[in-house]
Amino acid sequence: MQSTPSTDAPISRKEMSLLVSGFEKRLERELPGKIGPDLMEISIKKEGLLAAVVERNSILKLCRILRDNYGFDHLSLVSAVDMRSRFELVYHITSYPNYCMIEIKVPVPKDDPKVQSVSNLWGGANWHEREAYDMMGIVFEGHPDHRRILLPQDFKYFPLRKDFRMEED
Amino acid sequence: MAEMWINMGPQHPMTHGLWNLRVKVDGEVIVDAMPEIGYLHRGMEKIFENKTYTQIGPITDRLCYGSSFTWNHLYCMTVENLMDLEIPERAKYIRVAAIEIQRIASHLMWIAAFAADLGLLTGFLWAMRDREIFIDLLQALSGSRLTYNYARIGGVTADFPPDFERDCIRAVDYFEKKMPEHESLYDSSKIFHMRTRGIGVLSREDAINLGVTGPTLRASNAKLDVRKDRPYEVYDEIDFEVQCHTDCDCWGRYRVRMNEMRESCKIIRQAIAKMPKGPVRVKTPLIGPARDAIGVVEDPRGEGIMYVIGDGTDRPYRLKVRSPLFVILSAAKPMLLGYKVADVVAIMGSIDVCMGETDK
Amino acid sequence: MNLWDVSYAISKFLMDIVNFIFSGILGLIPDPVGSFFEGIGSWSVSAGVVNFITMLLEALIIIIVALLNVIILIWIERKILARIMDSRGPFYVGPIGFFQNIADGAKLFVKQIIIPRKVDKFGYQIAPLIFVGSSFLILSVIPLSPGFAVTDSNGLTIPGGILFAFAVFAIAPFSILVAGWSENNKYTLIGGMRSAAQMMSYEIPMLLTVASVFLLVGSFEFSDVVSAQQNIWFGIPLFLGLIVFIACMIAEVERIPFDLPEAEAELVEGWTTEYCGMRFGFFMFTEYMRGYAGCGIATLLFLGGWLGPDFIPDEIWFLIKAYIVFLVFIFIRGALPRIRTDQILDLGWKRLLPLAVLNLLIAVAIKAAGWI
Repeated sequence: MQSTPSTDAPISRKEMSLLVSGFEKRLERELPGKIGPDLMEISIKKEGLLAAVVERNSILKLCRILRDNYGFDHLSLVSAVDMRSRFELVYHITSYPNYCMIEIKVPVPKDDPKVQSVSNLWGGANWHEREAYDMMGIVFEGHPDHRRILLPQDFKYFPLRKDFRMEED
Repeated sequence: MAEMWINMGPQHPMTHGLWNLRVKVDGEVIVDAMPEIGYLHRGMEKIFENKTYTQIGPITDRLCYGSSFTWNHLYCMTVENLMDLEIPERAKYIRVAAIEIQRIASHLMWIAAFAADLGLLTGFLWAMRDREIFIDLLQALSGSRLTYNYARIGGVTADFPPDFERDCIRAVDYFEKKMPEHESLYDSSKIFHMRTRGIGVLSREDAINLGVTGPTLRASNAKLDVRKDRPYEVYDEIDFEVQCHTDCDCWGRYRVRMNEMRESCKIIRQAIAKMPKGPVRVKTPLIGPARDAIGVVEDPRGEGIMYVIGDGTDRPYRLKVRSPLFVILSAAKPMLLGYKVADVVAIMGSIDVCMGETDK
Repeated sequence: MNLWDVSYAISKFLMDIVNFIFSGILGLIPDPVGSFFEGIGSWSVSAGVVNFITMLLEALIIIIVALLNVIILIWIERKILARIMDSRGPFYVGPIGFFQNIADGAKLFVKQIIIPRKVDKFGYQIAPLIFVGSSFLILSVIPLSPGFAVTDSNGLTIPGGILFAFAVFAIAPFSILVAGWSENNKYTLIGGMRSAAQMMSYEIPMLLTVASVFLLVGSFEFSDVVSAQQNIWFGIPLFLGLIVFIACMIAEVERIPFDLPEAEAELVEGWTTEYCGMRFGFFMFTEYMRGYAGCGIATLLFLGGWLGPDFIPDEIWFLIKAYIVFLVFIFIRGALPRIRTDQILDLGWKRLLPLAVLNLLIAVAIKAAGWI
């Protein structure tokens, strides 16, 4: 983990925004070199929020680099989205020391919905990934406890897919 | 006694809602734990996809019965981010005041449930008595007592009712006077110390790695608060301290929440004092643009996130809810291992379980 | 005027009526039927029968008085606990809610009695009998005053009344264990085990404090213990003993903070989980009965029993003191959370037991110095 000011130290908004923009630029500059062509896109969306698109084969590698080298210590959210032609996994990962959030989009083909699990990097990913499997049917390889979470274990459908229609009232 | 599995829930006094905690005990010591959720799953995210942006507002209130306003506000804020709306200053201050009133009410409900879990019904009734005042304030604001639907996309429903500022200050004054009474009930009780000190320890590293947020994280010696770190609304103009505690146990969580209520009182005072005059709502489009946006708030239970994807229609293409309790419950096992069966209630009580938002 | 005399007068009167019916009316039937009825009549007024009926009456009176006390105690607890919690307590049924308990009892009474299919029927049904019966039995040796006690025709109480009371007190954990085990439920089993462990570990310090009283008095009779407190209540020199005794008594009657066996937050209702209707009602009621008995014993052993200025009758003095002890129970319940299993055992063995031994030493010292 790089040396950053301790999170416990009081820090003013002005100092913070300076720090943040520097950190984001650095990230934008350095990441493509570390991941290679698998990182399809990276941009600063707004202050404190980066957006990236990455091939699914490199998600674990990218996450490991983010966690170990850039202090992204908190996985906020894993959302699965059905984009009709493909699935898309959206990881929101927060760096507490740098007040920065990165939004990583991972396209997943519909005929082979498999992604490497990041549960071993962040324990908090465990249930998020289970929920993504439960709702969208995306399989996470290497997940320690790959079961449905909200729906019954013998449920046959993945209800958040767009082809799962709601009963009209 | 041999090892055996005990089902705590779905119908069990410990659970505060419908969920099932399976604990494996060796005598009275917990050797394994397995939380099972989903009993309250209402398919919120699927419902969201099939309603217009306006219709979703009241449903988000139902995400959490303990602090419905924060979820309603989070939804409105996320959609405002999506539509790139700038809401009036006065509406921001009103929202901050309402959020903090809701936070006090939610924390009071937590301390009530926690006290009842530990067998102290006095604490339960005292906390419920004082929660009533803040519920009354929210009722004056919105007209209802549990699901307020007060925030709107582009502001809030209505301006303060007459004399609301005065009532607010009175309520805060009263509550600050009552705080020592509440604290004396717990702080000076040797048995309360015995039940909470060193119980449910979650180290700072584990807490961050497991995605734990909110008071539970701050009790693990991490001064992290979305209100301070990534301020939304007008929190950057308000002076308050992020409360944290070094004990990492149930006691720390109790102290953090108590101190947070004091801070909330301070925030309410400041928000009322600094509030400018002006409109409280702007006109909003009905159509959301085809892009995505994210809203992050500090719910009374932790970091609440909504991630919305618009597709150029009047309905969101996808609206994902990140419930703080959903993640904290997944950290139940590391918190429980090695403690006694009787500690389950203290540990699970200390994280402020609300199944509405967890099961969505 | 004492309990025996009153009961004897009533039973004599009843038996005289019986005698009159059999000898005076039925005896007019010609022999041999008439002489047979006359025989029954004269048998009914014989000393043995009258004494037997007198004892039954004594038991009935004692139980009625105790039940009345328990109803009042529950009402007091509800009201005062509600006051501590800043609420009002019952106030709809009867004057200031006094009949709320009776309404609750009636509600429990009309409930269907369900026996779960998988319980062990014998244990399940016998356990409430043992629990309730043994608790009623304690009352038989607790005198409210020298006159108001169960005696035989010579005015003698049960010898060794204190020992008897504690022996009967110690039956309850057995029945709780039976109940918890036979209900075939993990919660009840844990509750029953906890209850047994807790009661056994608290018997010892409690009996040690009682032993200090025996030491000072040299008798196992309640009446001797009370009359030995004419000059000073034992609660003053043996203050430590009083505290230990009350703490142990709260554990024995399973009230907060020591109500682990039925800790509703983690064990649903503990060992009473599978009981319903009036069986459950009896358990609840009997807990208060045991509380009342415990308060009574504490009053007799440490607070001078029925001793007090004469303008109030002895029985009322006893009840006032017992109620005050119960008030302490209520305040403790209102102020403290529940303690944990291992902590309760720690407290019993590591804190209360040494204190009880210390108290015993103090009693020895007092006795040796000849102060009492």
